[in-house]
Amino acid sequence: MVFVLWGVTFVTFFLSRVVPGDPARLLAGPQASPKEVAHIGHLYGLDQPLVVQYGRYMRDLAHGNLGYSFLTRRPVRTDIATFLPATIELAGYALLLGFVLALITATAAAYRRGTRTDVAGRLTAIAGLSIPAFWLALLLQLVFHTQLHWFPLGGRLDPGATPPPHITGLLTVDSLLTGHIGDFTDAVSHLVLPVIALAAGVYGLMVRIVRTSVIDSLGEEYVRTAEAKGLSRWRVLRRHVLRNAMLPAVTVLGLEFGLLAAGVFVVESIFQWPGLGNYAFQAIQASDYNATLGATLVIAILYVVINLIVDIAYLYLDPRIRYA
Amino acid sequence: MIDQAAAVGRGRPARPAKGRLRRAAQTVEAFISESRLNALGVAIVALVLLVALFGPLIAPQNPNQINLIAILQHPSVHHWFGTDDVGRDLFSRVIVGCRISIEAAIIILSLSVTFGTALGILSGLAGGLADECIMRVTDLFLAFPGFILAAAIAATLGPSLSHTVLALAVVFWPWYTRLIRGQVLSLREREFILASRLAGGGTMWIASRHLIRNVMPILTVQLSLDVGYAILATSSLSFLGLGAQPPSPEWGAIITAGSSYIQTAWWWITFPGIALAVTILGFNLLGDGLRDWIDPRLRGSLGGVPE
Repeated sequence: MVFVLWGVTFVTFFLSRVVPGDPARLLAGPQASPKEVAHIGHLYGLDQPLVVQYGRYMRDLAHGNLGYSFLTRRPVRTDIATFLPATIELAGYALLLGFVLALITATAAAYRRGTRTDVAGRLTAIAGLSIPAFWLALLLQLVFHTQLHWFPLGGRLDPGATPPPHITGLLTVDSLLTGHIGDFTDAVSHLVLPVIALAAGVYGLMVRIVRTSVIDSLGEEYVRTAEAKGLSRWRVLRRHVLRNAMLPAVTVLGLEFGLLAAGVFVVESIFQWPGLGNYAFQAIQASDYNATLGATLVIAILYVVINLIVDIAYLYLDPRIRYA
Repeated sequence: MIDQAAAVGRGRPARPAKGRLRRAAQTVEAFISESRLNALGVAIVALVLLVALFGPLIAPQNPNQINLIAILQHPSVHHWFGTDDVGRDLFSRVIVGCRISIEAAIIILSLSVTFGTALGILSGLAGGLADECIMRVTDLFLAFPGFILAAAIAATLGPSLSHTVLALAVVFWPWYTRLIRGQVLSLREREFILASRLAGGGTMWIASRHLIRNVMPILTVQLSLDVGYAILATSSLSFLGLGAQPPSPEWGAIITAGSSYIQTAWWWITFPGIALAVTILGFNLLGDGLRDWIDPRLRGSLGGVPE
């Protein structure tokens, strides 16, 4: 775990320092003389050997300092703190929507295995995984903004709107907590399209997992026992089938996160969503390496932590592993 | 003794080619009749491969032919998918672009499968320090969400299709290493491997003769599931401007160009996107079907994204 985290900083650091394009030149601006560029480079330690730069970076990292973004000219830590809540809000709703829809579809498909419902359910799942998120996002814009004018094109709020007071950074939550109903509906209408674009992949992956595990638990003896006891179908489903079918669903959360991270990257840049994915993308394009490194690092650390939590949760949810 | 064992192994009579062909046809037929989704997958993949092979012959017009008197034309009899901002025929571009995606996927997967499998076998057979080192490096690569790492590598190398392909291969191989190593670890304790060792089979012999053959089914399944993902990732990176550059008719790149005209030319992003989605859908259906068909025990493992 510690090794992996260290490795992550190592890989991202060396990747970001081989980026073509001179960061000192970028920082100094296009009109700067070579002397000024050299001065700026010296100021930021860019003329030092890579090993020295890495050592300095790690020292700063230990203090929670991610350096300055050349692009926004603010500390990367501040940037990430600003942009992360927007991404969490977007990805959170996408995960929720994809998960709930997948649960319904997968259960219906598993109960009617081999019928048309099942085939349709599986087809939608594979379609969810097959449709590129960036194309789905554009298509949704095309249909629901350009043609139907139902939803806004992008952003988190209308340009003129004042955001609700900052509490959690999640606009839908903050606006409800402070009673700004107008902001709430505004935020929701901005969320709809990007959330759908992101949720498709989550849905596809989840339907496959849950369908198989529901089919597996339907064949188990405890389900037959529960049915023989005369429990209602709904109760058997809730208490016995779904509870056991949830286990595999938890284990894929790590994969879901990887899928969401990729989706967030393209979907945020299409919807001009002021989140971490958009930030990282702009940083990569501008060879702003402190920002690239910081964003990649945060995403990778979240990924490692989520996988750890999944392992622990699995231990907790499945007593057979705990005692084995 | 060694020679004898080798002779027994090699001495299997070669099947006549005709019988093999018929057997292959029967296998495909059985696979198709198993499920309607399998049939759909096979049909789409066959069509896509044909278009990839003969694309330049099928395309009615030169995909890069600029025609300034026919810019942003609606889909019509002359231009089935309409035209773009410099009057290029989008149908021809989509047809010709098919090969780019397929080629990219083939290169990505051959690179990562070769490298990943070799390391996996090495790691599983060698054990000890070598195994430990290889697995630590693998863990390191798997600690990143793949797409983010690929984007970072592609950006570092500079935007181009070949760099994107290389970046994706770098991201894909650890999955194969882990998969194959797990298989090798369980296989190497099996009787037939021990027997081969007792008969004097060297490590290279065991690896090439027994291990590769026995990991083939699971490798095929994983590979077929990954084709769709490789195409998806390539086009996504191209869409972000990190992959194929204009005027390449790569589907992701066409969609990027069309996204600025979303208000005026709906057809520009729509048709290349349909082609892309249907292609990925076809490979995913095929992979999913193959997984259930080759090894029913694998049901429930994860498709599309490498496990």
